Amino acid sequence: MRIGIDVGGTNTDAVLMDGTTVLAAVKTATTRDVTSGITTALDELKRQRAFDPAAVNAVMIGTTHFINALVEADRLAPTAAVRLGLPSTASLPPMVDWPERLVTAISGRAYLCHGGHEFDGRHIAELREDEILRVAEDIDRHGIRSVAISSVFSPVNAEFEQRAAEILAAQLPGIAISLSSEVGRMGLLERENATIINASLRELADRIVDGLAETLAAAGIRAPLYLSQNDGTLMDVDFARRYPVATFASGPTNSMRGAAFLSGVDTCAVVDVGGTTSDIGVLQNGFPREATTEVSVAGIRTNFRMPDVLSLGIGGGSRVRETGGEVTVGPDSVGYRLVERALVFGGDTLTATDVAVAAGRAEIGDPSLVRGVVDRSLAEAALQRIAEDIADAIERMRTSPDPLPVVAVGGGSILLPDSFGDSGRVHRPDHFAVANAIGAAIAQIGGMVDRIFPVEPGQRRAVLDAAKQEAVDRAIAAGAKPGSVRVVEVDEVPLAYLPGNATRIRVKAVGDLQVEAVRG
Amino acid sequence: MSYTLDRADLADLARGAALLGTGGGGDPYIGRLLVDQALKETGRTITVLDPAELDDDAFVIPTAQMGAPTVMVEKIPRGDEAVIALRTLERHLGRRADATMPIECGGINSMIPLLVAAHTGLPVVDADGMGRAFPELQMETFSVYGVPGSPLAIGGENDEMVIIDTGHDNKRMEWLARGITIRMGGVAHIAEYSMTGADVKRTAVPNTLTLGLRIGRALRTARAEHRDPIAALAATMADTLYDKVRVLFRGKVVDVERRTEAGFARGSATLEAFDGDGKLELTFQNEHLVARVNGEVRCIVPDLICVLDSDTAEPITTEGLRYGQRAVVVGISTPDLMRSPEALAVFGPRAFGLDVDFRPVEELVPA
Repeated sequence: MRIGIDVGGTNTDAVLMDGTTVLAAVKTATTRDVTSGITTALDELKRQRAFDPAAVNAVMIGTTHFINALVEADRLAPTAAVRLGLPSTASLPPMVDWPERLVTAISGRAYLCHGGHEFDGRHIAELREDEILRVAEDIDRHGIRSVAISSVFSPVNAEFEQRAAEILAAQLPGIAISLSSEVGRMGLLERENATIINASLRELADRIVDGLAETLAAAGIRAPLYLSQNDGTLMDVDFARRYPVATFASGPTNSMRGAAFLSGVDTCAVVDVGGTTSDIGVLQNGFPREATTEVSVAGIRTNFRMPDVLSLGIGGGSRVRETGGEVTVGPDSVGYRLVERALVFGGDTLTATDVAVAAGRAEIGDPSLVRGVVDRSLAEAALQRIAEDIADAIERMRTSPDPLPVVAVGGGSILLPDSFGDSGRVHRPDHFAVANAIGAAIAQIGGMVDRIFPVEPGQRRAVLDAAKQEAVDRAIAAGAKPGSVRVVEVDEVPLAYLPGNATRIRVKAVGDLQVEAVRG
Repeated sequence: MSYTLDRADLADLARGAALLGTGGGGDPYIGRLLVDQALKETGRTITVLDPAELDDDAFVIPTAQMGAPTVMVEKIPRGDEAVIALRTLERHLGRRADATMPIECGGINSMIPLLVAAHTGLPVVDADGMGRAFPELQMETFSVYGVPGSPLAIGGENDEMVIIDTGHDNKRMEWLARGITIRMGGVAHIAEYSMTGADVKRTAVPNTLTLGLRIGRALRTARAEHRDPIAALAATMADTLYDKVRVLFRGKVVDVERRTEAGFARGSATLEAFDGDGKLELTFQNEHLVARVNGEVRCIVPDLICVLDSDTAEPITTEGLRYGQRAVVVGISTPDLMRSPEALAVFGPRAFGLDVDFRPVEELVPA
């Protein structure tokens, strides 16, 4: 048995699965401390279906907690960015293009030092230990607890980042250090941005991971704990402590994969309506379609591989207002306080959930508090507004003239109409409300190859094919279903400073978990 | 018409210039940031001069970056290298520039003269010597129509400067400058092709900064209003010197082979059609040189081959191409000035070692 948990901004959902069977599914409110919400969810799972904690093989958690912390500019650690590249790169120092409020939120300090490599491995300038020592003093003086180190062409040679990290670690015991060569790909500013974001989340990651481990232990669960990554694969908790940024896109990835699993539709638009936002993504042959160009996260440019998702400020907790005859929905939401604030729960705020109940679309809370109370035409107008905005977003995500089926998931999907344009009837699979938690529980299995290959003239194709096959084989060996494995990433970095046309080749292959393999 | 450029215009300009850069000309994000940051620091605005309003005896020194765009995304400049190059050339010639000008269109190279302007206060002439981007310094309309590139000045991040003077031999100037660029790490900043206002009017492709701005704006507004950005591009180009726009292919990038070699980014890319039926192959040297669909040439240099994000039509430069991207590939007719026999001798297919004659995109892909 496996437990999948999704910790969203509004709800914490949990499922108990055996193979491909959903044994129990619950939805509870997210709590500010995250962990007490999980405790509640686990208790409710047990109430729905008694299980022996010792029979649980794995717990998979998907969470938007880290990306939300960034978006809300809250719970972030004071962070320094140290870049090695002088005399080059001075025109655009670290965080040059960040929204001011985020620089403030991380008390961001930027340091430019000598160092960096040319593309062919030569040194732009030597690393100067005295400079790094002065940076360490300044970091200490300003009470900074986490550092991001970037160096020009560190994907080609990471020696300067590693050396600077050693010096800083020796001077600043206990400081968290994130290296750009371990976080991102070619493209200094984007890689550095991702590294700084990662650094600012390290303390929160420690707190959350500690809390999750304690919560599970208290529930008697001894199974390993995993967190979902951007590409739908899992990472263990030690990795999660060091690279919280790798969870950023796990929310939409899990919801789309959960939707495909539940509906059996593998090419479709997935509309995931949560408490605060609606995320619209596209599945192609079961895989989330990736964003092509650089993705901005909370106004910061990065080069993560992320699903192409359009987010609208429409969710079950969205506030509904009527001003001057016009009805608006969102973008502000009562969020996780839906159960206190919404009218159907005896609150004082008109939300999207209230209008859905008033219009007879759903039975939530106490319908008598809204039916006959909320003006029927206001409710219809609000639902019409939601339907139009979502239809418009689906249209924008579509890349071919062929009709695209729509699968609706998420607790807020009761807000959606029964059909959109030429897409036909909206699919609302069983357990639609907990698709994210199911997506976490049916995690994908990855196989990675990342090493230096000699590429003889005329042999590139053969070397690449071999690397791809190796990545696929590794995914299968790790438990992926053979027919489902697909290469999702191929990166080549020529290393001109090594003989024999040396090239760093990185290939990642990902496939569905062979569920039978973990049945237990 | 001359005008003042605002910081708010920079993103549109960089986007449109990157499209005209036909895969090369540098990363528009870094290009925009460089100018934006300099304007923020100096508090200046930039005057864009219409070449038609330029005095015949005005003295113009174009500025640019040369090298491999694959290097630029990592090794960002110190910031004043192009100013060092300009000042070095002025000292060498004993004459101050009245304005600077781009030598090509591109995400970086349309912006370097603006960066120089932000630092010096010089105006920027709204024209360039390619009407797109090319990888080599002799590949200029200036050169084709008789203006020598020499003397050329190079400025580097260690305050070094170099003067190269090869008389009228622009190809040798390129060869020597390329060698220095490689020593400098694969990117260098230059000032070259100094000329009079009269020469600008005679030899430059006019109003290409404004065209970049219009293209960038058209793509952005089409996207915001949920209109087809490719149709918006075609409508924008209809009344310009680049009036034929053809969609060559839509598909997914399945292979990118790219090397930083001899001071260029060289390689090829393959796209597979969304329905799995058909392949497009691109060959590039900084810029896209030829696009073949199922082995047949559909667009070839000096016509423009632009790879755009299939959803947003954001230009994708050759150093930004990667596995899995979904793209639409567009061919655009180059201005007639660039298709003359003497122009094709300098930057037609055979100048790049391709064993094919130039054929206009409107012939290869009828409307």
